[in-house]
Amino acid sequence: MKYLHLIRAALMRRKTRTVLTILSVLAAFLLFGLLDGVRVAFNSGGTLAGVDRLVVASRFSIIQSLPESLVNRVAAVPGVKLTTWANWFGGYYREQKNQMIIFAIGPDYFQAYPDYGVTPAMADALATTRTGVLAGKAVADRFGWKTGDKLPIMGSIFPNKSTGETTWTFDIVGVFQAPQAANRALEQQILLNWKYFDEANAYGGGQVGWIVAKVADPKHSAEIAQAIDALSANSDHETKTQTEQEFNLSFARQIGDIGLIVTAIIGAVFFTLMLLTGNTMAQAVRERIPELATLKTIGFTDAQVLALVFGESVLLILIGGLLGLALATLLMPIVTEASGGMIQLPPIGSRSWGMGIALMIAVGAIVGILPAWRAMRLRVVDALAGR
Amino acid sequence: MPRFIRLLRGLLMLLAIAGSIALWIVLPAPALLGLAILLAAWMGLTRSGRQAAAITRVGIATLPQRLGASSVIVIGIAGVVGVLVALLALAGGLQQTLRGTGNDDTAIVVRGGASAELDSGLSRESATLIAQAPGIARDAGGQPLVSAEVVVVTNVPKKSSGTDANVEIRGVGLQSWAVRPNVRIVDGRRFEPGLRELLVGQGARQQFAGLEPGSTINLNAQQWQIVGVFASGDAHESELIGDAETVATTYRRNGFQSVTVRLDSRGAFDTFKAALASDPRLKVDARTTRDYYTAQSAALSKVIRIVGIVIATIMAIGAVFGALNTMYAAVNARAREVATLRAIGFGAAPVLVSVVLEAMLLALLGGALGASVAWLLFHDYAVSTLGANFSQVVFRFDVSPALLGTGVRWALAIGLIGGLLPAVRAAQLPVTAALRES
Repeated sequence: MKYLHLIRAALMRRKTRTVLTILSVLAAFLLFGLLDGVRVAFNSGGTLAGVDRLVVASRFSIIQSLPESLVNRVAAVPGVKLTTWANWFGGYYREQKNQMIIFAIGPDYFQAYPDYGVTPAMADALATTRTGVLAGKAVADRFGWKTGDKLPIMGSIFPNKSTGETTWTFDIVGVFQAPQAANRALEQQILLNWKYFDEANAYGGGQVGWIVAKVADPKHSAEIAQAIDALSANSDHETKTQTEQEFNLSFARQIGDIGLIVTAIIGAVFFTLMLLTGNTMAQAVRERIPELATLKTIGFTDAQVLALVFGESVLLILIGGLLGLALATLLMPIVTEASGGMIQLPPIGSRSWGMGIALMIAVGAIVGILPAWRAMRLRVVDALAGR
Repeated sequence: MPRFIRLLRGLLMLLAIAGSIALWIVLPAPALLGLAILLAAWMGLTRSGRQAAAITRVGIATLPQRLGASSVIVIGIAGVVGVLVALLALAGGLQQTLRGTGNDDTAIVVRGGASAELDSGLSRESATLIAQAPGIARDAGGQPLVSAEVVVVTNVPKKSSGTDANVEIRGVGLQSWAVRPNVRIVDGRRFEPGLRELLVGQGARQQFAGLEPGSTINLNAQQWQIVGVFASGDAHESELIGDAETVATTYRRNGFQSVTVRLDSRGAFDTFKAALASDPRLKVDARTTRDYYTAQSAALSKVIRIVGIVIATIMAIGAVFGALNTMYAAVNARAREVATLRAIGFGAAPVLVSVVLEAMLLALLGGALGASVAWLLFHDYAVSTLGANFSQVVFRFDVSPALLGTGVRWALAIGLIGGLLPAVRAAQLPVTAALRES
């Protein structure tokens, strides 16, 4: 630590160069922060993912539903604490570009998903109003809906039995607000009674899209999932049971190998960065050869000179990198906010920070090692003579 | 007071840079060429131009001595351009594939309000009514060229990740070969109507596991055999196709998702659409397949483009700082040389131009390198993503010449910014002080 002022002096020697280098390191780590956030978001299966929830869906495909009768049999599997179910409904409001995320949900849904922040009063209102829906705050604010409004929806799949058309009218009985910022995406959803959906859709009743089973002990999830799948083995509605996290992850994977793309981009960024800062450090040491020789003359050991140059390189990257990550941390919520929750960039977690700092030290070490070695091997006489 | 003037000068500089970048981006290619010719003419014909050319030559000749520093500009810009071109090629490839799927000779009919076939549902009666509408081409036997289709999705593991992906199964009508003449068998044979047989698209066969001809796959607990491979050069290559009635039976469906018809002439679409709209028994949307498929790629390719440009912009900012660093160092190293030139009568403008030109030349090298690497690595590389029918669409990166041009344009813009400030410093070097400096 007592040499810190020496390192500082070295960095301040050519201010323009130091500032420019720090700014490029900043840009690199800003990008790292943003992209790693995206990668983590895609690989974690979403922030909502409860570890104690299993999703039971058709093994054959996403478009096939399950018989309602299966729900009770799943509930009877030992270790299952609670079951509920849902169906994709979907549709648009007024114009086709306003596509809505609409689910028809079974009873007890909010006991399995406390994340929505639906109050018992709201849940009651939904249960007692046949045509009722609960709307998330984000989507309600976007279109100016409030409790008591009629909500006309052009359904995407299911025609209404009474009219044969896909126009539906619901009553908004509540607007819910997710208590945690990480769950804001839920506020884009609209939830309606599965019972009403089941009675009123023309495609026939008694079908559920997927079943959610809350387990008592997540450690036994794998055995419970097997037991659930065994219920329907060899039937025409075989199931595939996954933890919610796996279920979400398999969706994310379908969009593409985001992890690979992100890693490739970050790789390109850091390759460039290393070359750039490596060149800066080489330049800095080349210019300072007489000074380093002087240090050695007045009694600095080889190891100390090595450590000085090495420390300078690591410090340079750390300053830029920490600023970059901090900027990314600041930007993430702004982007999320500005897009009205449409783009959900998760806050940069401790893992991203840890990895970022490890990368900073690694990059600093790699670009510092050669110049530091060169500084250490200086022969005082030659260096002072300018040879 | 001098501080105020410095501030003003800095501000003007910033405005000039912003202006030139804006100009650079909006200028069409011929105008850029004109600019280059103008520059060449200036360098060849005027006195200060010839001076600039001379200094630039010296600068370029001494580049090998500054190899390490100069390569920072080249590699830095290559990185930016490589990432930009690759991401834009991804967006372009997706758009190209979906746009190429449609044409103006065929029209697709889905239920009113449905955004994709998977959302849609048409009864048998509707399908029959649609087939009787005017404007549909007919075969030699007088049968309308119509294919009423069932679209379902099944889980098939992706080869790259081993995880389940949604693959589209399209049950097609007997006339579908005439409706889509571009579909041809490249391996095996056509499926037999009434049998549980499927044809696999080339793209799907490549991306998903277990879709080789001769193998069987499980659709809704029934075994289906893959009897051949087809190529169509469009998004249908991501699908499996079979007989509509048999697919519908397997999935216990009574009805269709869409009806695709071949129009009897270019202008027939309006007649066809009007006839469907005026029939009170039908609640359907008709679009040419070009419209339908172009709309499907719009949202996703736009997102990829925006993401690509944002990432490339942040990288470009980093690269600009790198270029500034290098060019400042170059100017410092050549301070005496520049001062000497000034002392023997060279003007400030030629010095400025020569530094900018040197930076732009390095940038051009970097841009060309980045664009070539992107082309070598990614051109025609097949990937797949989730499309409108909630199923996988296989497409290829499309590194087009236009994209390579965009990449080079970005490279030159970075070089321009990176060179301008150091150039100003070089032009303003106090001659006496620089000559005295050791």
